[in-house]
Amino acid sequence: MTSLAHMLEQVSDAVSESRLLCIVGGNSKSDIGHELIGDPVAVSGHTGIVDYQPTELVVTVRAGTSLRELQEVLAEKNQMLACESPQFDGAATVGGALACAQSGPSRPWYGSIRDQVLGIRLINGKAEHLRFGGQVMKNVAGYDVSRLQAGAMGIFGLITEVSFKVLPIPETTQTIRRRLESNTAIRVMNAVCKTPLPLTGACWTDGNLYLRISGQASAIDAIAAGLEGEPFDAAAGFWTALRENRLSFFDGAGDLWRLSVRASAMHAKPDGDWLIDWGGARRWLSGSYDRDELEYIAGNAGGEVTQVRGGDRSTDFFPTPAEPHRAMLQRLKQAFDPAGVFNRGRLYSWL
Amino acid sequence: MNGPITSTVDTATLATKFRAFIDDDFVITDADAKRPFECDGLFVYKEMPRLVVMPASTEEVQKAMRLCFDHCVPVVVRGAGTGLSGGALPHPEGVLLSLSRLSRILDINHDARLARVQPGVRNVAISEACDEFGLFYAPDPSSQIACSIGGNVAENAGGVHCLKYGLTIHNILQLTVVTIEGELFTVGNEGLDSAGPDLMALLIGSEGMLAVVTEVVVKLLPKPSHCKVVLASFATIEAAGDAVGAVIANGIIPAGFEMMDSYAIKVAEDFAKAGYDVDAAALLLCELDGTAGEVDSCVAQSIEVFERHGATSIRISQNEAERALFWKGRKSAFPAIGRISPDYYCMDGTIPRRSLSRVLCEISRLAAEFDLRVANVFHAGDGNIHPLILFDQSKPGELQKAEAFGAKILELCVEVGGCITGEHGVGVEKLQQMLIQFNDAELAQLNAVKDALDPKGLLNPGKGVPTLKRCQEYRSL
Repeated sequence: MTSLAHMLEQVSDAVSESRLLCIVGGNSKSDIGHELIGDPVAVSGHTGIVDYQPTELVVTVRAGTSLRELQEVLAEKNQMLACESPQFDGAATVGGALACAQSGPSRPWYGSIRDQVLGIRLINGKAEHLRFGGQVMKNVAGYDVSRLQAGAMGIFGLITEVSFKVLPIPETTQTIRRRLESNTAIRVMNAVCKTPLPLTGACWTDGNLYLRISGQASAIDAIAAGLEGEPFDAAAGFWTALRENRLSFFDGAGDLWRLSVRASAMHAKPDGDWLIDWGGARRWLSGSYDRDELEYIAGNAGGEVTQVRGGDRSTDFFPTPAEPHRAMLQRLKQAFDPAGVFNRGRLYSWL
Repeated sequence: MNGPITSTVDTATLATKFRAFIDDDFVITDADAKRPFECDGLFVYKEMPRLVVMPASTEEVQKAMRLCFDHCVPVVVRGAGTGLSGGALPHPEGVLLSLSRLSRILDINHDARLARVQPGVRNVAISEACDEFGLFYAPDPSSQIACSIGGNVAENAGGVHCLKYGLTIHNILQLTVVTIEGELFTVGNEGLDSAGPDLMALLIGSEGMLAVVTEVVVKLLPKPSHCKVVLASFATIEAAGDAVGAVIANGIIPAGFEMMDSYAIKVAEDFAKAGYDVDAAALLLCELDGTAGEVDSCVAQSIEVFERHGATSIRISQNEAERALFWKGRKSAFPAIGRISPDYYCMDGTIPRRSLSRVLCEISRLAAEFDLRVANVFHAGDGNIHPLILFDQSKPGELQKAEAFGAKILELCVEVGGCITGEHGVGVEKLQQMLIQFNDAELAQLNAVKDALDPKGLLNPGKGVPTLKRCQEYRSL
């Protein structure tokens, strides 16, 4: 039996026997969200590139394929999935990265993983294998069910295949490092982001601001020379470690919070232990804090806060949407998965 | 809900109820005053609504929706009415909700590079308002002077710069929406990510069928410091098509990459005097932007690729005036066609670029079969084709012939692995082609999404996604 037929059978059986299922890709993100409950459906056997057309800038890949393998295949043609999603030692799969909406340091300039999606195939809660979107850049036929899956953590169904837009790997990349305190770093990042420089990374950590620029070799040298700071040669390792949450900032087992805020927002709690990425739009905070206080801070900065590590896994740690939004999600869940078999309670306790 | 909609209130009573919270002048019952709203940019479909209602605030939109929900009155939302698929065609039993009075730019935060605007703000007005900060709003549909940002969200509008800068969906940070029940909520935030399913993605491009947008936060980008256009002529469509793929394979992502066929070149040149080579079979406009060094390097590489692919002539814009002139021909293709033909029908499909010559050959064969002329303009970079079918509505049967020709083109797009609409939407125009794009289980899932967010089926009924009943009717044809 093929991996696809097997997955369809598992879903179909679960529906008829009223059993719960939990979707498992590379099992690299099981610490996100609530505890997994239900019988596991393994997607990791459903692998491989279905179609890759470098001159079309489009790749179609089975959802169990590891991101690392996908990036290796693309790199052979000097292309990449530009959102730099974390690979977690090669375990992270394409489907898992999309379901958890994980993007890396280049996200403000190249877009999120959702932004690269052109289409998907999905097994819904009726065990139907459906196709939405396509393999072309522009497509407004039908509702955008494909990109809806980003961040849904599998509650609407099992993603079996994804088509992505890909981009050329820039000819050259350089990083400039500059010693700055965090408040000033936020101001500098926003000022640089306002200029038309080919930025692909802007992060502050451990007293240093790191600016990454990428593009044509002939142009990048001159641009780098014009930026204040010193060239940072060990940059490749730095950006990879940042992408993988492996910088020393992420060490330890204490509480970890992630704020998604307006990039220029004032730096609240400057005495805290922060890592500021995405030009100021993503801010990690390490330590024990009152959730309500952080929600207040994030709200004032036009955004929201998620607890990423620590805390009580039985309570909701993703921000709870307002009531009408919540009702929409519940009705959508019913529309995709009427028997409620997929990833029950994984994202929110009430879904 | 796919059954007929039975409203529980007569028109006069409904108008009175609206006038309780909207100024009299903006609850329109008079036939002559309603006339301008009877169609959108797709003139061939016309319908008169019971009422045209023009709310001036989010609160008024909420009240209007509650009223329609309580009395089972269909609601068709209209922005600037420039849509090309009949998405804003009124419902004969319904209210046309025009958002044109929600037309204020509420805030421009140039440090954070975002703007908070109401849905009736014109697309180009955003870029104009942030120009002084060196910023712009990237999606630029060809109707950008007139079309509204709310309409852009409804159709996920694109434009000529999509390949590099993305579609509407890639340039929106937050939406404030009102449900059919009149409930208000926001999706997204002023940061880049938000937890949970990407409901914002579902709403963008949903053609006014899931909710009403009353506020939009758009992303603003720094204006590139340098920009040049390379204009290249080719003796065959194939050579031009191959050259497009080769530029991209070289690692260059042009800001805009457009193709025109020989007929479109002649008509546009005649109209705009842009200096196009009228003997060419295909013309490419390749716009490259960025820092000075990047632009020069990309221009040199593109020229080398064009020469290798047998370009018969190559010109590079020497200044901003010349760059604008090169674009003028392409951007005036529609009015230029309008001048030589009583009517034209603008199609919108997407294809994998490698199928370009096959598709254009087949279109020209179909043109002969239907005995109609066709001019092709094409967003070559992202595979979005816009064949313009020329016809004369005053000749009996010619409109039907043009529509049949258009339908064949869309079927062809699906056959080569593309889709039936790149940026115009399905509206009423492409309902039948939805059955080629999707199977019954997929359409049932799309209908289930619709039912989830609009349980009474009141939001823009009869558009976008064919109901299951219509599916059966079409399939039996």
